[in-house]
Amino acid sequence: MPDTTIDRRELLPRLFPDPGRWLMVSGLAGAARDTAALTSDADYLYTMGGAMGAAVSIGLGMALAAPNAPVAVITGDGELIMNLGSLTTVASMMPGNLSIVCIDNGQHGETGGQPGHTARRTDLAAIAQGAGLVSVMTVSHPEQLAEAARFLTGAPAPRFLLARVLPGPPCDWKRDLDPANCRLRFRNARGL
Amino acid sequence: MTQPASLAWFRSLFAQLVESGVTLFAYVPDAGNAALIDLADAHNETRTVLLAAEEEGVGICAGADLVGARGVLCMQSSGVGNCANFLSLVKGGRFPIFMIVTMRGDYGEMNPWQYPMGQAVEPVLDAMGVLTFRVETEDDLQPATAAALSACFKGGQGVALILSQRFLGAKPF
Repeated sequence: MPDTTIDRRELLPRLFPDPGRWLMVSGLAGAARDTAALTSDADYLYTMGGAMGAAVSIGLGMALAAPNAPVAVITGDGELIMNLGSLTTVASMMPGNLSIVCIDNGQHGETGGQPGHTARRTDLAAIAQGAGLVSVMTVSHPEQLAEAARFLTGAPAPRFLLARVLPGPPCDWKRDLDPANCRLRFRNARGL
Repeated sequence: MTQPASLAWFRSLFAQLVESGVTLFAYVPDAGNAALIDLADAHNETRTVLLAAEEEGVGICAGADLVGARGVLCMQSSGVGNCANFLSLVKGGRFPIFMIVTMRGDYGEMNPWQYPMGQAVEPVLDAMGVLTFRVETEDDLQPATAAALSACFKGGQGVALILSQRFLGAKPF
């Protein structure tokens, strides 16, 4: 794993200065806490607490069904690796409104910090590139984050941003963990 | 070889799904769903999503539901096992997921590899809170589809329409 100097707790506010313009879905554990902290667990965010590996697919479903809304998937390296095939599905569908952010800390933070594949030899940006994502970017330092924020709105989509972060704790945020309640909250906010 | 359903069954199934507002057809290719997917590809108001693995389709249909659209997940029976953990979205999240399962390891199967998962389809779906609607004959198809659509998109249930090998015709391999 190359040197990184990004504290994950400072990542998302730099990438999403105006989060309310997005529809968001997060993977579980740290990615969910960071995204809930970013948005104050808002009704335009669906956070997961299980079904590990589903975040990209949920985001793709949202992006295909709401093609005029910018959709962001915020997930972690472990969650993404559990369903790498979903990147090939994204590439085949070419959603012009989908951005994927992978917060890569090289470990399974929620279960005790056990090392993951990206701490060894795996490069998820290269995998996203090979899957066929249109725009791929890697950041490891805070001074790259302004450009990364522009990438998430301006680069040809679908986009994949790999953010290599320090192996520190995520934001301390207690979000709503009831998946049915979160579904209704999200839909009610869309008038459904 | 059992007697196969007439070749037009997939047209009436497709028409019922479209009439119910289904616009996304997520699928892993199977001989049993190929004609249905061809219709969805050709139709102006429906879109198909080729999946790498079946569980992705549970997530895609859930994402579509969050923004008010309706999808179905089409797969061979072997894919049901891949979906089990993602079906937490049904049992815990109460997402109205609609699955169309074309059976192997069922009536007349000749491939021994197909039996373990084929015979586990209904126990797995039952364990994860998905209601099953089995089609054994052509006469079953329209009412079973109507019942499954009502349970899912009106009743808010996860459902699986199970097209048996007795209905589809067992494959000669």
